[in-house]
Amino acid sequence: MSFDVSVVLAALPAILSGLKVTLGIWLAAAAMGVVLGFVVAALRHFGPAPLGLALRLVVEVLRGTPFLVQIFLLYFGGPYVGLSLDPVPAGLLGLTVYAAAYFSEIFRAGFAAVPRGHVEAAHCVGLTRAQIVRRILVPEMTMLVLPQCVNMAVILVKETAVLSVIAVPEATGVISAIGSQQYAFLEALFLLAVIYWGLVEACGWAGRMIERRLSKFRFA
Amino acid sequence: MTLPPSAIAIRGLCKSYGKAEVLHDIDLEIARGATTCLIGPSGSGKSTLLRCIAFLEEATRGTILIDGQPLGFEERPDGKRVRLPPHRIRAVRAGIGMVFQQFNLWPHMTALGNVTEALVTVKGLSRAEADARGMAQLRRVGLEARARHYPSELSGGQQQRVAIARALALEPAILLFDEPTASLDPELTGEVLNVMRDLGAEGMTMVVVTHEIGFAATVGQRIAFLDHGRVLLNGTPGELFAAPRHPRLTQFLETYLDRGAAMLLQPA
Repeated sequence: MSFDVSVVLAALPAILSGLKVTLGIWLAAAAMGVVLGFVVAALRHFGPAPLGLALRLVVEVLRGTPFLVQIFLLYFGGPYVGLSLDPVPAGLLGLTVYAAAYFSEIFRAGFAAVPRGHVEAAHCVGLTRAQIVRRILVPEMTMLVLPQCVNMAVILVKETAVLSVIAVPEATGVISAIGSQQYAFLEALFLLAVIYWGLVEACGWAGRMIERRLSKFRFA
Repeated sequence: MTLPPSAIAIRGLCKSYGKAEVLHDIDLEIARGATTCLIGPSGSGKSTLLRCIAFLEEATRGTILIDGQPLGFEERPDGKRVRLPPHRIRAVRAGIGMVFQQFNLWPHMTALGNVTEALVTVKGLSRAEADARGMAQLRRVGLEARARHYPSELSGGQQQRVAIARALALEPAILLFDEPTASLDPELTGEVLNVMRDLGAEGMTMVVVTHEIGFAATVGQRIAFLDHGRVLLNGTPGELFAAPRHPRLTQFLETYLDRGAAMLLQPA
């Protein structure tokens, strides 16, 4: 058996379109997941207790079940509750909610990790509660959680591969299909590994750049 | 009524955490323009008392008057204790600056940013005006050259001086210090104590919780010795440290024998 990646690479336009979908879903789900996760964490930290408890339950379920199961439930179970979505919107929604659960935990821990004294010092100079959140808590929390957020983004890019099971035309689905048409499974899988690894490296590199820029803000 | 009138008058102050009462019926007058040191063993309630004055802790009973104005709670003629509305609490707190053991500078702001934050956010000053005032305060603590540095780029002593400048920026009438040098090595302790000495000489009303008995004895004009949540002794350093000394204070001071306070134990 020969190993020839060029067989797969011959279908370059299809590969690029798959890559585009992967990138698009990844970045959109990460961005929306961060926003939604932040809102959930803020509501849990500052909101009424019953709401916090309800949100915690949802987050625990989302973190406690495999993404593969969640996406099957959403895509195949959704229509039973009136939620019929095409593969791409379903994948985007599923990955966003999944990401939000994890991001909210990261932010929650971040809020809790801001030293109490920093908030007390702000009270002492007369900042209001809202000003303390905006000027002290959120910036300090962001510095604290940045490494975990980069890590989560890395996990997310790999989770996009799962979306191939509901026929989202992303890289894994497209390239493995080419592989089976060309009888070049290994080459296709190899190419996929290289692509994901490249994306993860790029993400890690971006994270390190941001961290370096923020390094002088570190806790004394 | 004491003369001159007290900057802070504490009447019947009690503070409990659940069933544990940590402050018992504290009565204390803090003189205006003087440095008052609160000393005492760990767990004596001195930090809790200071935090009540900063309104970081809410006393369970009793009142604190700042320049005659009630802080946080007011006792009505019928004996009811009511919480004051936020704007009145804020107004009284504005006259009080606080310096913490752990500095508590905000790590995402420069030294100048820390000092000017409240001037911009609370007082609504323009950036230029706030910076000018902030620089003046940093000059006062000898850190003008470090204005653009972040807390992580400063030594502990420098951070504490920035924290003092931050408290001074709002021009409070009273400055509270909660063990301001306890996190610093002896050399850095000196630079912070010097700043505090200068402030005392300028007539700032200061209340200092400290383990620096030498500082308390030399800079403090008044010393309150707390033990088990009560003010056991209250007077000038001369009155407190001169013989005959209260046995509990002697016992407390003996723990400082190895820490440079031996001279206080020499017979007067």
